[in-house]
Amino acid sequence: MMKTFPRWILYVAAFLLYVLHNDLWFWNDPRLVLGLPIGLLYHVAFCLAASALMVFLVIYAWPEKLEVEEEREEE
Amino acid sequence: MITTGVIFVYLVLVLLIGAFSHKLFRGTGEDYFVATRTIGPFILLMSLFGTNMTSFALLGASGEAYHQGIGVFSLMASAGALVIPCVFFFVGPRVWSLGKRHGYLTQVQLFRERWGSDGFGLVLFVVLIALIIPYLLIGIMAGGITLNEITNGQIPEWAGGLTVCLVVLAYVTYGGLRGTAWANTFQTLVFMILGGVTFYVVVDRLGGFSAALARVVNQHPELLIRGDSIQPLKLLTYTFVLLSVGMFPHMFMHWLSARRAATFRYPLMFYPVCIAVVWLPSVLLGILGSVDFPGLKGPQANYILVKMIGLHAPEILAGLLAAGVLAAVMSSLDSQVLSIGSMFTQDIVRHYGFHDRMSEKQQVLVGRLFVVGILVVTYLLFLISNRSIFRLGIWSFSGFSALFPIVVAALFWKRSTKYGAFASVFSVVVLWIYFFLQAGRAEDYTIGGTGVMPVAVILAVSTAAMILFSLLSKAPDQAVIEKFFPSGGGRP
Repeated sequence: MMKTFPRWILYVAAFLLYVLHNDLWFWNDPRLVLGLPIGLLYHVAFCLAASALMVFLVIYAWPEKLEVEEEREEE
Repeated sequence: MITTGVIFVYLVLVLLIGAFSHKLFRGTGEDYFVATRTIGPFILLMSLFGTNMTSFALLGASGEAYHQGIGVFSLMASAGALVIPCVFFFVGPRVWSLGKRHGYLTQVQLFRERWGSDGFGLVLFVVLIALIIPYLLIGIMAGGITLNEITNGQIPEWAGGLTVCLVVLAYVTYGGLRGTAWANTFQTLVFMILGGVTFYVVVDRLGGFSAALARVVNQHPELLIRGDSIQPLKLLTYTFVLLSVGMFPHMFMHWLSARRAATFRYPLMFYPVCIAVVWLPSVLLGILGSVDFPGLKGPQANYILVKMIGLHAPEILAGLLAAGVLAAVMSSLDSQVLSIGSMFTQDIVRHYGFHDRMSEKQQVLVGRLFVVGILVVTYLLFLISNRSIFRLGIWSFSGFSALFPIVVAALFWKRSTKYGAFASVFSVVVLWIYFFLQAGRAEDYTIGGTGVMPVAVILAVSTAAMILFSLLSKAPDQAVIEKFFPSGGGRP
């Protein structure tokens, strides 16, 4: 993947993740999956998805300008 | 006796870390308050996470899960896994960059210069201090009550609270931010590891996780779904409470201590995982506790973790858990206290009374004395307060969250003005007081019982006030724009 990956896609992904946090579809689902209640497992997976999103944001949407300014000041 | 011994050893270790960090102290105000901006990625992650995780994550989460079941995790943990790192991503490095470039040590300095208003700096200082005092109080209270419960009353509440205050006072005044960050790192590792160990030991005694959960399925199946325990609108609007991290003075202080902008990268990536690691065992133990200890009412369930350990684990684990809870309490309290000391020294004493007339050593001394004063006052409040003060926590967070438009406007909106900022803060104060009075003694207040948290309304009004009054007032001077948006078109 190129480092010029469009930032807006990641911002939309962050918003979508925020929407997906409201999992009405598992609200009253009592099933156990992988030993955990599915409503809980979903939110543990959500934490991992949030971590993945942050990895993408850091790699492809990092405010590089701040580091350029930092280097310029150090010189 | 074993429990008390473990607690004592733990406190000595924390003090030794604070003392050791003092060896690197450079004797300057910048070193005392932001460690001369030398903190690396790992310590930054542990500091940010440890400061944000209070005793609530260990005890409160399990207590809430005892009553409400798995929904607690979605309400408080997974929401934080998304919102908090996003706030750090958009705000943290930009605040750090401005702090490094202009030498800021506090958030008030940044906002005062951003909008060129001493008056705004003063108003914000007062509001921030007023909002953080309940937060400090909760920490001391949690320490006192927990030590009392875990030692079966051997350590009275007043002595527990006093111990927490004295230990924090010692390493904060001696080690400054470096000591605080190192102690935070140690303490964060302690409560993360002990949470997992506690979970493993208890579940093992219950015959394994599947067997333990099967008992809940049979006796309290309602705890394994959200059902009516949490309203969907509450899940949606509770996320706004988490924006508070963008305006906490102690968060600003830790951001400003980073070595470089890039120091933020790893903490951002791993923060959500750390949340899951701490909250999952706490929530599950609370749910499992509903079988062994049925019928606990209200705050009685806050000690379900302690009760589970007492029933299923050796005494030494109770001592270790006490150490873990103290770790969670002190890793928040220390940063809050230090940030208040920093704000008082820089934003009041130095800015108004002795600007350019105080030596670096005098700055550090004033900061230390103010830290002592704040802890003494908070401890006295702890002695006379009712336990219902715990409910103030959510109000404290809501107030900070509603101030979030200020930091967003300062960093991203060139057209924002001091009038917009004043209007925003004013609206927060008025609405916060209004909703606080409306809520009365209700522990679970939402607007009209709909599930909508008051913070959603306060935040919306605060944002509208910032936009409206900025647009109605004269645009800021070009010199200010150039200072905060140096390239002319971008963000700081």
